[in-house]
Amino acid sequence: MMLIHCPYCGPRNETEFHYGGQAHVPYPHDPEALSDAEWAQFLFYRENTKGLFRERWVHSVGCRKWFNALRDTVTYEFKAVYPIGAAIPTPEQAEGAGA
Amino acid sequence: MAETTADPIRFSAGPAQLRRSPLEHLAPALATTEHSLGVALREIPFTIQIGLRAAPGSAAHEALAEATGVGLPMRTSEVAGDPGSVAVLWLGPDEFLLIGPEDGQPLLKDLRRGLGDLPGQVVDLSANRTIIAVEGEQARDLLEKGVPVDLHPRSFGPGQAVTTLLGPVPVLLWQTGEQSYRVLPRASFADYTARWLLDAAREHHR
Repeated sequence: MMLIHCPYCGPRNETEFHYGGQAHVPYPHDPEALSDAEWAQFLFYRENTKGLFRERWVHSVGCRKWFNALRDTVTYEFKAVYPIGAAIPTPEQAEGAGA
Repeated sequence: MAETTADPIRFSAGPAQLRRSPLEHLAPALATTEHSLGVALREIPFTIQIGLRAAPGSAAHEALAEATGVGLPMRTSEVAGDPGSVAVLWLGPDEFLLIGPEDGQPLLKDLRRGLGDLPGQVVDLSANRTIIAVEGEQARDLLEKGVPVDLHPRSFGPGQAVTTLLGPVPVLLWQTGEQSYRVLPRASFADYTARWLLDAAREHHR
């Protein structure tokens, strides 16, 4: 069992969380202007990173808040968590934070 | 002439007599648990519960903190006030649950007046959750069978509350004393939660 550090509630059991996919995928500025292929690209295509991946999580049975996490997809280790809207921590900062 | 079928006595008694708490049907079963055997379960029905929302640091937050009379909790697992009268539980950075006595209706008006037109929320959620009191020497032992949060005194104690899971059920868990806890499932989960607790308590009541 993994402990995930919620930025608001602290360390909690992973069963309290849900995964929300890749973070920082901006909604298209003018969706009407997109071709079907571009729209599909936005909707369905995500990076499949091996290594550090920026992703969204929600503490669904706790404070119900969304937050971003920097996680190593090889080891499952959470390198950092940061609130929605906050700056993306660099890998060096993440190492230091040790979340 | 059509006869009325409603029982005139019960009908005239008013809504307070007609209401049924979510665990009324399990009261006899809950009553078989005993303090002397390690853990006692009982329902605390009909408390007033008010959902409050306001962003920390905002004027709405200040107004609500004043209107509750006990302030608002500032961080996770904090509880303002006390379980005997009015308490406010932390649900999220901008979300709180006020729990008060059955006759706490005036508080709802005070809170609404306090918030006024400021961006925030005051909602009567009294029927949303019921309260199951879990008390006794074995109370922590019993809850630890289904709660993933660390309930050891080094990290959780009286006057703290968290939203978490009990088995598969999302609940609010509130420790009110050294050996007393309150479990708040939503009304539709109350029957399952109470039966789960009764089953978990069986080993103490052989």
